[in-house]
Amino acid sequence: MSKSVAELQEMARKCRVEIVKMVHRAQAGHPGGSLSEIDLITALYATRMRIRPQEPKWPDRDRFILSKGHASPGMYSILAEMGFIEHEDLKSYRVLGGICQGHVDMKWCPGVDFSAGSLGMGLSFGMGCAVAARLENSNRRAFVMLGDGEMQEGSIWEAAMAAAHHELGNLKVILDRNRIQNDDFCEEQMRMFDIPAKWKSFGWNVKEIDGHNMSEILEGLDFLEAEENCNGPSILIAHTIKGAGVSYMENNPSFHGAAPNDEQFHQAMIELGEVEA
Amino acid sequence: MTRNAATRDGYGQALLDLAGNEKVVVLEADLGKSTKSLHFRKAHPERTVSCGIGEQNMLLVGAGLASSGFIPFASTFAIFTERAFEQMRNGIARPNLAVHLCGSHGGTHTGTDGSSAQSIEDLAVFRTLPNVIVLHPSDDVSTRLLTMQLAETNAPSYMRTARNKTPVLYDDMDPSAIQIGKGIELMDGKDVAIIACGVLVSESLKAAEMLQKEGIHATVVDMHTLKPLDGKLIEALVQRCGALVTAEDHNVIGGLGSAVAEYLVSNIMAPLEMVGVKDRFGESGQADEMLDLMEISSEFIAKAAKRALSRK
Repeated sequence: MSKSVAELQEMARKCRVEIVKMVHRAQAGHPGGSLSEIDLITALYATRMRIRPQEPKWPDRDRFILSKGHASPGMYSILAEMGFIEHEDLKSYRVLGGICQGHVDMKWCPGVDFSAGSLGMGLSFGMGCAVAARLENSNRRAFVMLGDGEMQEGSIWEAAMAAAHHELGNLKVILDRNRIQNDDFCEEQMRMFDIPAKWKSFGWNVKEIDGHNMSEILEGLDFLEAEENCNGPSILIAHTIKGAGVSYMENNPSFHGAAPNDEQFHQAMIELGEVEA
Repeated sequence: MTRNAATRDGYGQALLDLAGNEKVVVLEADLGKSTKSLHFRKAHPERTVSCGIGEQNMLLVGAGLASSGFIPFASTFAIFTERAFEQMRNGIARPNLAVHLCGSHGGTHTGTDGSSAQSIEDLAVFRTLPNVIVLHPSDDVSTRLLTMQLAETNAPSYMRTARNKTPVLYDDMDPSAIQIGKGIELMDGKDVAIIACGVLVSESLKAAEMLQKEGIHATVVDMHTLKPLDGKLIEALVQRCGALVTAEDHNVIGGLGSAVAEYLVSNIMAPLEMVGVKDRFGESGQADEMLDLMEISSEFIAKAAKRALSRK
């Protein structure tokens, strides 16, 4: 729980290396959204999640639901860092029979609590986990990571309304606002206007942060956990850069769902400090 | 005297009977008065989750609850369950989470609400999902018993119930004879076998009586479980009768008739006549008028039986 900002940054760097390796090895996958979310996920897992990596099904664990389940390399890399799976397992990403399925899947991978892959579903599932915790008088929380593109799914707003109606203070959302979706920039595909105002108007506690500034991320997580914000659901809107950490992927819609070639891979390893130039 | 009741009432009663199990949770989408989950809500508001008019959210809230060890029963109109088909597919069937979905007001028998409320494809779509049990019981007694069994299954399910009353068939039946996956033989005859589900089971019994007057002896089976299908019983019926009829208030594409046909072509051949909605939508009308309009009432089942017989 007491990791320093520098330690968290180093952990995230190692995860970034694994993300790029996974996608390069598979020659498929989603590096952009994995790199945009990874600082957030790293801080969450390393400093907040009440979990037992050796007992992944511990009933009172906090749940982490990656609704944007295509950004699975990010989640697999942190699961390996935390000890839920081995680093060797990361080689099974998108490989027949491998535990690291293309989209995170609770039936395949230890530490995964939601079978994702279809956008707009994770918030509802997280709400169910939060209701279950309440019914059992458990203090476990459900953390849900949403992508910004998936807010275009109507079911997200069904869940947003229902979670506020039921005052689910144990439901915590982190929005990876990386501004790019599959085909193009969100602004081109479907403008979403004032996102914080939308969530506020649905009855949520809202805070905005820079999703790559580790100190701000920790403050944001404090906000999600703060007693005064446990009267209902809360959302942390994290402004991020798609592809963050690899120059040619940054803000580049082409790397939403594409793998680097060998030359690009080598460049990424240099930029991430894994090999010398 | 025959008692009449709607299968949705059996569902409502079963939820109440299950309430002693603290893990049972009820999910509603503003139709609890209609699907009859309202009785549970009144008795156990703390274990009832209102999801508003939001079926997609409701099913996945159920998935989250099931993943945490609860036994969620979610209901809405059959037609609106289809709106959340992909949630059922990706969020429930795929991870094999035991969420129990009930679609009431299924079929054209639903009546005067008209075609928008008459689901004729629900059984077909849910039957295509791996892991999912598909039920369509015929009376309130069997609906109650089968719903209670669902709580023990550890598999997701879809059950269609009906809005309107039909004759109760099982008031005097040994409850142990009503089991998920086992068809129930209601009449025994060796000329032709009528395999029916839901509101057409009682119509099939009427058809069998008509046939009897003409010297034709029909077996009538209540195939309340479409999946997993009771293949052993179908083989026995083929051997005994040599000709089959299926009867359902559902499109002939994809429902009980299709399930039986799939079994026959892969295992044991016999002539099959399928009574069902002929790939068309309904309209407003009384329940009995709808069965006639759709050509699925007893008279049409009897005619189909004779056709099947002539093809032996």
